[in-house]
Amino acid sequence: MTSITDLRKKAIEIRKGLLQMICDGQTGHTGGALSSADILTALFYYKMKHDPANPKWEDRDRFILSKGHSVEGYYNILADMGYFPKEELKTFSHFQSRLIGHPSTKVPGVEMNTGALGHGLPIAVGMALAGKRDQKDYHVYVLMGDGEQAEGSVWEGAMAAANYQLDHLVGIVDRNHLQISGDTEDVMALGDFAAKWRAFGWEVVEIDGNDMEQIVKTLDELPAGTGKPQMIIAHTVKGKGVSFMENVAKWHHGVPTPEQLAQALAELDACEKELD
Amino acid sequence: MKKIPCRKSFTETLLELARKDPSIVALASDSRGSVTLGEFAEALPEQFVECGIAEQDEVGIAAGMASCGKKAFVCAPACFLSTRSLEQVKVDVAYSHTNVKVIGISGGISYGALGMSHHSLQDVAVMRAIPGMTVILPADEYQTREMTKALAEFDGPVYVRMGRGAVENVYTDEFVPFEIGKANQLTEGDDLAIIACGETVVQAVHAAESLKKAGIHVRVLDMHTIKPLDEEAVVRACKECKAILTVEESSPHGGLGEAVSHVAAENHPAPIKIIGLPDEPLVSGTSTELYEYYGLDAAGIAASARALLEKLS
Repeated sequence: MTSITDLRKKAIEIRKGLLQMICDGQTGHTGGALSSADILTALFYYKMKHDPANPKWEDRDRFILSKGHSVEGYYNILADMGYFPKEELKTFSHFQSRLIGHPSTKVPGVEMNTGALGHGLPIAVGMALAGKRDQKDYHVYVLMGDGEQAEGSVWEGAMAAANYQLDHLVGIVDRNHLQISGDTEDVMALGDFAAKWRAFGWEVVEIDGNDMEQIVKTLDELPAGTGKPQMIIAHTVKGKGVSFMENVAKWHHGVPTPEQLAQALAELDACEKELD
Repeated sequence: MKKIPCRKSFTETLLELARKDPSIVALASDSRGSVTLGEFAEALPEQFVECGIAEQDEVGIAAGMASCGKKAFVCAPACFLSTRSLEQVKVDVAYSHTNVKVIGISGGISYGALGMSHHSLQDVAVMRAIPGMTVILPADEYQTREMTKALAEFDGPVYVRMGRGAVENVYTDEFVPFEIGKANQLTEGDDLAIIACGETVVQAVHAAESLKKAGIHVRVLDMHTIKPLDEEAVVRACKECKAILTVEESSPHGGLGEAVSHVAAENHPAPIKIIGLPDEPLVSGTSTELYEYYGLDAAGIAASARALLEKLS
């Protein structure tokens, strides 16, 4: 699948799937899962080299969901791609389900357990460094949240990535501007966020992280061989795709009522039709 | 006989192993001097990773490398590695079950005069409480050598604490039994069992020698692996000896003494006395001075042993 339209449709399908899963599980981090759905779709269905039949393929690209709470879209994609049966999505957060509220390595395709913020980048640095030392060509992608950027370990990882010139490491920040307590700039201001990453020695590009064409183009055009790690600041809308969830902080981990789910699915269906 | 610190024995052995096994990597946090990884870094630069003073990052990087097939030995002063990086150890290492060996150097009260910030007396307790962690405190350079070989073959998370200075040897070049999870019985006796770990073991042996002169026969157990604990050895000691004395260079909370007490209470209750360091900031001094002051040296252990047996008679 390579056409932008197909990818857009897939992202809508993932949004519908994750909303259904959150309702089935009666828990979930709705807003951030919706904001990051386009990025995840582009990575898994378009950009990354990976093989659902062989999740431990040595030369695969690696993906770490550092903002582990946005697991719902990730699980939907892994199931859709055949890493595990789609039926299982209905068990999300149920008693003894392996589909818990943060990525778990019990789920095929998940590289590392995450959930504690600020851990993903150092892990990704380790993966990229191992690849570089072993002269492998794989890329490591790590998706972080913007609220997560207050964790000091993010910046420890940022320094190490530049120090070791890890140009096969791609950091992506789902810059939706909202965290659980409100606007990121009110909670702990990120200020000139791109300048911070540049100052840490990274190549930085800012994009609309809900625009599939821009995401794909950006992933394809990341400069190669610069000796610098790459940062994509993906400006997104929290709750993207569902009118009453967009830019509303309380949907960080809100669970839709059956009526709200019906409305959300109807809105997404309408978006899908527009693409035909 | 030459005496070298455990940390030196560890790095010499690790270098030897790493020359033959390119999957072994050593990570440091601006600690290659204190860990004695300087020679390793020069000899095998592609297998060495300097992380700077960033212990959380160091553990995360180790976990990432381990997930790509490396045998990662992450080395730093135990005081920082065991508490500042604890969440990374819990999540990235233990929970994700990555093949990372967390090597705490200059542990316990090695940095005696540097104050509580530099003491690591809670590491055993916190590491024990994390599911999937193995916890080992080697007693001397020879055991450290054998332990390091065993760690290179052991697939999974381990925390190791060793001290800074050279310690008197318990074992010899030829006699150094080591199996993860299996205590070594060093002396025969059933008046009292002294169960010790790490650098207190040699003090326990000397205490047993002096008690023997007074007609008290002591069984010394080197409990190098605190988790998983050799429960069989503990239960046997509870059944065969009049009392148990545990000795550790740790806080009394959650360490060897409480691990032994737990097993004893559930299987064969016996009188137990726990010797460790007090639950307070310690006085300043060298580790030798602190061992003496807090009763962890041979004389202090022997005195505690006599007091325990007198109380029972």
